[in-house]
Amino acid sequence: MSAGFAPETIINIGSFPITNTILNTLFVDAVIIGGVFYLNKRIKKIPGFFQNITEMLIQTFYDITETISGSNAKKIFPFFMSFFIFILIANWSGLIPGNGAIGLKGKEGGHLIPIFRNATSDLNVTLALALISVFATHVLSLKAIGLKDYLSRFFSFNPINLFVGILEIISEITKIISLSFRLFGNIFAGEIVLITIGSLFAFIFPLPFIALEIIVGLVQALVFSMLTMVFMTILMTPHHQEAHA
Amino acid sequence: MEISLSGGIIIAIGGTLPALAVGLIGAKAMEAIGRNPDAQGKILPAMLLAMAFAEAIAIYSLILAFIK
Repeated sequence: MSAGFAPETIINIGSFPITNTILNTLFVDAVIIGGVFYLNKRIKKIPGFFQNITEMLIQTFYDITETISGSNAKKIFPFFMSFFIFILIANWSGLIPGNGAIGLKGKEGGHLIPIFRNATSDLNVTLALALISVFATHVLSLKAIGLKDYLSRFFSFNPINLFVGILEIISEITKIISLSFRLFGNIFAGEIVLITIGSLFAFIFPLPFIALEIIVGLVQALVFSMLTMVFMTILMTPHHQEAHA
Repeated sequence: MEISLSGGIIIAIGGTLPALAVGLIGAKAMEAIGRNPDAQGKILPAMLLAMAFAEAIAIYSLILAFIK
């Protein structure tokens, strides 16, 4: 038995189908927002355990952002951190026992439909994240360097620069495809591996694979957010200055 | 569980060169760390980033292997 590519619909609100990955996304949102409210009530000068870890995480990532992007770090950092926390918790929530196993009895041949399914194993979610990332990159770039510099990167009268401009346009589209498929492929393949191993052996043998999934979830979240940050930095520096850097 | 031959061939051919690329990246990173062990904090994240890029190509062919 294996999970299909497309997420399965649980209920319909009006004519809008609620799939099991939407339910998992809502769960991840509840965890993040709940954590934020809990932390907000208990900010003290001498930090407790939870506040300490959060401050260390944010400080480390802010230092990394400042190393790579310099003066634009204040605008880029919110995107970097939000993508990282959302994708990390979404990837790791797929490993909670019961996720993907508790479900409703399906209609087609008695195949089990899980109530919660890993959010980032759905191509819709990763495509949406990649589109948001590229769109935000372009909007930030427009606001930072102005319309004329932004257009001169892609269109120009010099024939060599015109060719490079066309390649840049194609590379933007490739960015969307590669960002979404990298995250989707890693998490979906991990899900299939866990289902296969779980259906063969129930006890000791799945342990190395679950550990591998924890590492893969962390690395993929890091890669997605660092790529977003690097692309934002590259697009926010003016074109001719970049050639000399 | 049906066996799909075309899926197997797709992932076998499409996974060879990315595996080679990941190995080369790791080898060069090891060399760099060996020459300058103090720079480990800078080399390691860059190595992980480059490995994720190289592995993405293998993931594309894995998706096609799942479809077939």
